[in-house]
Amino acid sequence: MLTVEAMHVDLGDFTMDGTFEIAKGARVAVMGPSGAGKSTLLNVIAGFQDASGRVLWDGQDIGGLPPAARPVSMVFQDNNLFPHLTAFQNVGLGISPKLRLSDADRARVMEALQRVGLAGLEDRKPAALSGGQQSRVAVARMLLRDKPLVLLDEPFAALGPAMRVEMLGLVRDLVAETGATLLMITHDPEDARLIADHCVLVADGRVEAPVAMETFLNDPPEAMRAYLGT
Amino acid sequence: MAVRTGTLSIWAGAVSAALVLALTLGTLGAVVWRADGFGALGLRDWGYVWFTVWQAAASATISVVLAIPVARALARRQFWGRSALITVLGAPFILPTIVAILGLLAVFGRTGIVSDVLSWAGLEPVSIYGVHGILLAHVFFNLPFATRLILQGWLQIPGERFRLAASLGFSASDVARVLERPMLRDVVPGVFLVIFLICTTSFAVALALGGGPQATTVELAIYQAFRFDFDLSKAALLGLVQVMICVVAGALVFKVRLPSTSGVGLDRVVRRWEADGIGLRLLDAACIALAALFLLGPLSMIVIEGIGGVFSLPGSVLEAAWNSIWVTVVSTLLCMALALSMALAVSRLSAGAGALVEGIGFLTIAASPLVMGTGLFVMIFPFADPTALSLPVTAVVNAAMALPFALRALVPAVRDLQAGYGRLSASLGISGLAWLRWVALSRLRRPLGFGAGLAAALSMGDLGVIALFSNPEVETLPLALFRLMGAYRLEQAAAAALMLVTLSLAAFWICDRGGRVNVDG
Repeated sequence: MLTVEAMHVDLGDFTMDGTFEIAKGARVAVMGPSGAGKSTLLNVIAGFQDASGRVLWDGQDIGGLPPAARPVSMVFQDNNLFPHLTAFQNVGLGISPKLRLSDADRARVMEALQRVGLAGLEDRKPAALSGGQQSRVAVARMLLRDKPLVLLDEPFAALGPAMRVEMLGLVRDLVAETGATLLMITHDPEDARLIADHCVLVADGRVEAPVAMETFLNDPPEAMRAYLGT
Repeated sequence: MAVRTGTLSIWAGAVSAALVLALTLGTLGAVVWRADGFGALGLRDWGYVWFTVWQAAASATISVVLAIPVARALARRQFWGRSALITVLGAPFILPTIVAILGLLAVFGRTGIVSDVLSWAGLEPVSIYGVHGILLAHVFFNLPFATRLILQGWLQIPGERFRLAASLGFSASDVARVLERPMLRDVVPGVFLVIFLICTTSFAVALALGGGPQATTVELAIYQAFRFDFDLSKAALLGLVQVMICVVAGALVFKVRLPSTSGVGLDRVVRRWEADGIGLRLLDAACIALAALFLLGPLSMIVIEGIGGVFSLPGSVLEAAWNSIWVTVVSTLLCMALALSMALAVSRLSAGAGALVEGIGFLTIAASPLVMGTGLFVMIFPFADPTALSLPVTAVVNAAMALPFALRALVPAVRDLQAGYGRLSASLGISGLAWLRWVALSRLRRPLGFGAGLAAALSMGDLGVIALFSNPEVETLPLALFRLMGAYRLEQAAAAALMLVTLSLAAFWICDRGGRVNVDG
């Protein structure tokens, strides 16, 4: 269970508060208007943004831990790959930052690449991969790191609709397999419906508690209705 | 975009380009013609060539090697005074060379602070005349420049990559290997070559601190051949050698990618997670403190030693200052007229012809101001006494030398203007002088102001061609300062230096500010 208690972020002209819980294994869409603080929320959980209050995972306070020590794997909007390293190396960094990989490690990297449909492309650098393939490399690394909490900061926003649906399906299957808890920022209710079973609304400097997806979309709260234009 | 406004500006640009060609290749030709061909380079002359290349390579290497840790520290630390320090890093470019030399003497010279400390400790005092003095001065000028460029490279690494590194548990050495070294491999060759190019044309530093068979650059050798021996064939030949050195270095610079020098966004600090350890903090603090001390020490000495004497400067120095001011005004106006007409022509000509005009504008980087001066001397000599015209000649040569910098500011801006408003202007039929007045001058105020500021500061502080033509009666402020130093009147020299640096900064500030105030959008 992810527990966020009395979180308060102060960035000068922007503040955000929230107290909520997310059950283990839940798949949560994080929605709300632009600039409401969706990315900031994920950054607090991942350890990239300082905040007061507490962040707990399974009752353990992870708020003081550096990003790498948290039970978190995060995929950013862009710049998920190092452009001068191959797909294999980019994934391998998930096992060892020094890229010292045993034979077993190398096999695991290849397996992860295969699982996301990139078999045979392991020696390519990001520039030689399509946008969808680049996303797959990032997802392969996420899979390999096997952290119980997966945060997606709109990593597929730049992909075309068909490719995006494909990637969402892939991520949904993978987290279902590993039992990971997923938080994903999205602007699109259809995307949210496709992957998530709950929704968290971030609006007006507040993070609301998660609501079941169907309830949320069928009877959206006031702030969400304004945003969706319904 | 061949708007009707085209013809006028193409003509103006062509005239400017012809003028620049006359000043660069024409003056070189005049020297060759007057000298009845080239003399032969002796063993000693080859020594000068070797020294020029060697000291430039050494200066560039030291500057870059020292700049890397300073840039790294600035990239990953936020501290009080950071943005002020980064602004100061931009200052050496508009700082008169001779002022910096005086400041360095006050710190590292035989009677400077460092020597005082050494002799107090019972050690020999240091002297900065000779090779190490030249290297010291070049590093003083180019370390800040290199730091800014490399810092730009650091800040161009997307912040997400550092987050990614943090989430993968990278240590500082992992970040260095995966993120920082690839960036440095990209950026450092360009920075090295630009500094190398700048240092190969070194004249004022070599004049003040060098000399003799061991520490004479080609530019200084041209000066000596002309002024002491009046050996025009040697001056011409050395001038050609200088051009070749610059052309080779310049061609290399064109080949490598340079980080943008705009300085935009240097205020940003990317949050880092791998460098929080106390050891790295201390290392960075030491790098920043040493760099700041190295830069600010000599400048502070000028202020401390000069402030008392400013109001008791002799009349001749004030007259020199007045000369400098009007040379600067004329030179800046001329430079901007050349740059604007050429930039407008570049934007209107076909790609090939435009590149030719732009290339001519950048020729003056490769040309030696001393060859230019010598050539003008030779051309003027049959008609008038060249030394009587030393100030106008200085103004013209300074304008030519500042032209590449003004063009660098203007050409992209004119191109944007043309791309953004060319069709609108054409459809409204705004052309000719009306276009210049209502569209170009107001849309281009910022780059015009910035370019004029650079040209003004460079001209105000220049100690080049004026040294060649000088006679005892007419001098500019930098020359007067140089003479005071030569006469060991160091208090007056410090006061004159303070005055000169104030004038240079004021000239830059007035022009640059003029381009910024009341600009809409």
